[in-house]
Amino acid sequence: MTATPSAPVIDLVDLKIEAKSNDQWSKIVNGVSLSIRPGEVLGLVGESGAGKSTVGLAALGYFRPGAKVTGGEVRLLGQNILDIPEEERRKFRGTKVAYVAQSAQAAFNPAYRLMDQIIMVAVDRGGLTREAAQKRALDLFHALQLPDPRNFGKRYPHQVSGGQLQRAMVAMAMICNPALIIFDEPTTALDVTTQVEVLISIRKVIEDYRVAAIYITHDLAVVAQVAHRVAVLRYGEVVEEAPIAQIMERPTHPYTKSLWAVHEMPVGQGDRHGKGAPLLAVTGLGAHYGDFQVLTAIDLDVGRGETVALVGESGSGKSTLGRVIVGLKEVSSGQVVYEGKPLPGTIRRRSLEMLKQIQIIYQSADTALNPRQTVRKIIGRPLTLYQGLRGARREERVLELLKLVELNETHIDRTPGQLSGGQKQRIAIARALAADPRLIVCDEITSALDKVVQAEVLRMLMRLQERLGVSYLFITHDIEVVRAIADRVVVMQDGKIVEQGGKDQVLAQPRADYTRKLLDSVPDMAVGWLDGIVAARAA
Amino acid sequence: MTTKSHPILSMAASRIGLGLLSLLIVSLIIFSAVSFLPGSYASAILGQNATPAAVAAMEVKLGLNRPWFLRYLAWLGAAATGDMGLSFSGRPVMALIGPRLKNTLVLASITAAIAVPLSIALGIVCARYRGRFLDKFLSTSTLASISIPEFFVAYVVMMVLAVKLQLFPSMAGIRNGMGLGEQLYRMVLPILTLLLVILAHMVRNTRAAILSVMASPYIEMARLKGEPEKRVVVRQALPNAIGPIASVVALNLAYLISGVVVIEVVFVYPGVGQAMIDAVRNRDVPVIQACALIFAAAYIGFNLIADIISIVSNPRLLHPR
Repeated sequence: MTATPSAPVIDLVDLKIEAKSNDQWSKIVNGVSLSIRPGEVLGLVGESGAGKSTVGLAALGYFRPGAKVTGGEVRLLGQNILDIPEEERRKFRGTKVAYVAQSAQAAFNPAYRLMDQIIMVAVDRGGLTREAAQKRALDLFHALQLPDPRNFGKRYPHQVSGGQLQRAMVAMAMICNPALIIFDEPTTALDVTTQVEVLISIRKVIEDYRVAAIYITHDLAVVAQVAHRVAVLRYGEVVEEAPIAQIMERPTHPYTKSLWAVHEMPVGQGDRHGKGAPLLAVTGLGAHYGDFQVLTAIDLDVGRGETVALVGESGSGKSTLGRVIVGLKEVSSGQVVYEGKPLPGTIRRRSLEMLKQIQIIYQSADTALNPRQTVRKIIGRPLTLYQGLRGARREERVLELLKLVELNETHIDRTPGQLSGGQKQRIAIARALAADPRLIVCDEITSALDKVVQAEVLRMLMRLQERLGVSYLFITHDIEVVRAIADRVVVMQDGKIVEQGGKDQVLAQPRADYTRKLLDSVPDMAVGWLDGIVAARAA
Repeated sequence: MTTKSHPILSMAASRIGLGLLSLLIVSLIIFSAVSFLPGSYASAILGQNATPAAVAAMEVKLGLNRPWFLRYLAWLGAAATGDMGLSFSGRPVMALIGPRLKNTLVLASITAAIAVPLSIALGIVCARYRGRFLDKFLSTSTLASISIPEFFVAYVVMMVLAVKLQLFPSMAGIRNGMGLGEQLYRMVLPILTLLLVILAHMVRNTRAAILSVMASPYIEMARLKGEPEKRVVVRQALPNAIGPIASVVALNLAYLISGVVVIEVVFVYPGVGQAMIDAVRNRDVPVIQACALIFAAAYIGFNLIADIISIVSNPRLLHPR
């Protein structure tokens, strides 16, 4: 079982996995072969449903309930772990091969202090004493650049920030000095400015300890910073595998090329602001949750037919601002002026005509659409409510709206469960359009979608704007999306606007420090971007 | 940390305050419900043939001519010091109920001491081997024992163990002066019956509480760290399921104190439930009030303890940021 230094840490040989859904077995991993040498980092890239996590978990010899191996081998340190019973396989996990999950907040047990959780495996099965394990954890805390490493382990998971917790999970994975770590989208749930810090830490630890890794992500820009080699996965098959520089510069497979979809969208129309009176004007607006002030002195205009991107990290108050504008959250000071007239604070006090003019679309169409209603009913109800349409005329209008969002009559009898993620979001858009609004508040509406689908939906929104003259207040954390669609950009931090202006000005010559930090934190689609950041900091 | 009072303390204090408030409201309901029954204390004491003059004289003697809320305050004040007044038989209520209460507490404590650890252990076993034979067997049998009324369980137990096999006495009439062994021997059947009734509920809820925690991502994480399944259940899931388990345990312990009426009657066990039945039969209002208040206090008390346990078992509350 002792592997020579150059022998692969792990070999996946023609791995086939099937999963059961609706009483049917379907292939989710279809003959994947990958090999990783000591100290090497393989990026595993693909969109949701490509089978990335399933492959990652298979490297630990673990299969989620309802999944089974139908062929192939997982050779960990020279031994095919699919040949041995689960009880034996289990012993490799945590000691020889470890896992870092996407959400550290969910993956840490809330009942234990961080140190106790981190060293549990090492003390139980790693052959370390408590003291030795704590010493090693402390070294890892230092290497991961955690603040106050001596006392860090005494905290409970809920007492530290998301970025720190994510690094704590890396420490937990490293505690037994494993030969291989699986990173499963470790920075996806983090804000961009936090993501940079965690990426730097992860890369430092990988280099310091020379551990081999599989780095799973949907984000090419991220994988370009950490991986030596990239395998692109689609429908459970590796469509392209090459060194990172080659993938970034000369992707060969059409699917790999499509991952640049949003990046390569034509940059939007530019500044169309200042033509006539604004459609919506927010002045001196403040809002509270209990005693906590979420919004302070917000001043903001949205012009007719323009797209204003509202940018900020989680907790910056951007979604709350959206909710205030549509009347779902009461203001505590200032006002929202629409077409020159102040809007009453909450929906209950707004007239049907006012409600009709401003619509909102949410991030998750899964939760925003009633799963038991058909598309006909979902889109038809606002038509009856706002336009008084019934019967054949309503049916006709539903079909028109479906065409507008680039779907067709075959979708009208389906329920949300029978539609794809992108289609569901299109239905949510059609529902908003049914009111015939002048302004649509879009709250992270493409964040849950894959890149290709995201680009399609964004393009459609732009076409709709051209045709209908509707204005968008587009709430997002994704600078790439801002670049593609915005006319103007408003940057928020801690409930305040730190900067606003035309897109070209804000993105190219940011005035506020925070905007600069935010823009600098967005990984470039280029190898070596992170090296640049680290070098700039050292200088 | 800071000198500011810990949020747990203020939370616990507010729960205790709410508990006392509920008890106060319950006492008001008990007092008024019983006082507003047709017929007065006085005519009840004197019997149906009492002259109106005698009834009036008795009412004055008992203070029944005072406004009801003054009587309530006096009753409540006395109750707070443990004095529940005089029963219609002339003896102090507490002297009447006291020994009975002790018997009920002994019966309940022995049952609880067996039932709580056993049911949590069985719940853990069911969760660990969910879907297997043992889990299915326990789930089905506990469901059956919940569904059957307790008096029926009692009679079945009695028929099998006392009548057919003649292992234990069917009557659990314990008296002072009996040896401890003899007392315990006579209590076997009521304890067994109570066990069958409350075990089921606690096992099922412990199982459900653990299984709902088992769906958390940190459970999968523990498996990915190579934790053996037994440890995953006991070490990772159980600490996070304590809140719901504590509340079902509390509910069942409260039931043990108050819900044993039927069992005590079936086995002729001289507990507080029996006392209440006797009091109802004799329209001995002060005794009924005392029993009702004791039952209510037990319910509120146990639920209060469960509330506080589930607050304390939540690290987010115990260790604020």
